[in-house]
Amino acid sequence: MADPMRIRANVDASGVTEVKVLMNHEMETGQRKDASGKTIPAWFIQNVTATHGGRTVLSAQWGPAVSKNPFLSFKFKGAQKGDKVQVTWVDNRGDKRTDEATIA
Amino acid sequence: MRTRALYAGLLAAAGIVAAPQAAAQDAVKEIEKYREALQDGNPAELWEARGEDLWKRPAGPRKVSLEKCDLGLGPGVVKGAYAQLPRYFADADRVMDLETRLVHCRMTLQGLTREEATKQPFGAGTDRKSDNDALVAYVTAESKGVKMNVPLAHPKEKEMYALGEKMFYFRGGPYDFSCATCHAADNTRIRLQDLPNLTKPAGAQLAYTGWPAYRVSQGELRTFQWRLNDCFRQQRFPELAFTSDASIALTSFLARNANGAEFKAPTIKR
Repeated sequence: MADPMRIRANVDASGVTEVKVLMNHEMETGQRKDASGKTIPAWFIQNVTATHGGRTVLSAQWGPAVSKNPFLSFKFKGAQKGDKVQVTWVDNRGDKRTDEATIA
Repeated sequence: MRTRALYAGLLAAAGIVAAPQAAAQDAVKEIEKYREALQDGNPAELWEARGEDLWKRPAGPRKVSLEKCDLGLGPGVVKGAYAQLPRYFADADRVMDLETRLVHCRMTLQGLTREEATKQPFGAGTDRKSDNDALVAYVTAESKGVKMNVPLAHPKEKEMYALGEKMFYFRGGPYDFSCATCHAADNTRIRLQDLPNLTKPAGAQLAYTGWPAYRVSQGELRTFQWRLNDCFRQQRFPELAFTSDASIALTSFLARNANGAEFKAPTIKR
């Protein structure tokens, strides 16, 4: 099971919510070789979705160019303080992780 | 390959174009900007979270957590503890830095053997995560904003400090290097990296309060034991044994010299 994400979400006076997500992932490109010369298989997050009250507020397709332990920050409108925002990633091995944060 | 690394490369390349003297100054500023940009969203937080969990979860043969571990300010007190380490611990009759103390607690409280408690001192990817790294991240983050105040009262603390000072100036190895070879002059650098002058308070404070750090180029959180271990490698010295007296002595010397500065780590470095 993958390690949890760290999610912070804050809504400002104009009603824009800023979400900051730190994900725990190796993000192996598939271009590197190990000490014995064998290619290390690619292993990276492919899909990221963020939802607020069942509504998708962000949907992204990622590739091997994204850094290890990625940091993602985005903004959306329409959330209130105390609402929940959910973030899910799925990697190319089919591993999945969903975490939730309360908007402050 | 990695976006963060690429960004650093672009900044470094931008610095080279200008005149040499100005270039060094500009590059330093640009690297500062790069660090600032990364500070928000420092992956060290992931280690902190895992460390907090390891600290609080019962583990080992005795199935107890580390919450009774005395880091110098009393059993279970984590807040501000790192700013006063290394220090003398009467129960072990030894001066200990944080990592030595954690090994001690995991052995005496949780019942782990020394081998189990030290088997992965430094992390190496997802398959070889280090509990030590995570615990250090958690404990050090609890000292963020606290002023360094390393004691130097007990005879053994003085002894360790003196030994560390001696080691700092000791030249040896195939290159006839000492720590002081690179770290005893102002305004020097290796490539674009500033070398802090560790013989002056300002340099020691800047350097010591910035570790542990998440190393972007390695994708790992690196502890102070790792930092010293890597300094020894760069000097082509024999490997510095994890939690050895030699490593504690050098840590004592550098930590004490950083007294008075605000602790800032875990930070993020290129």
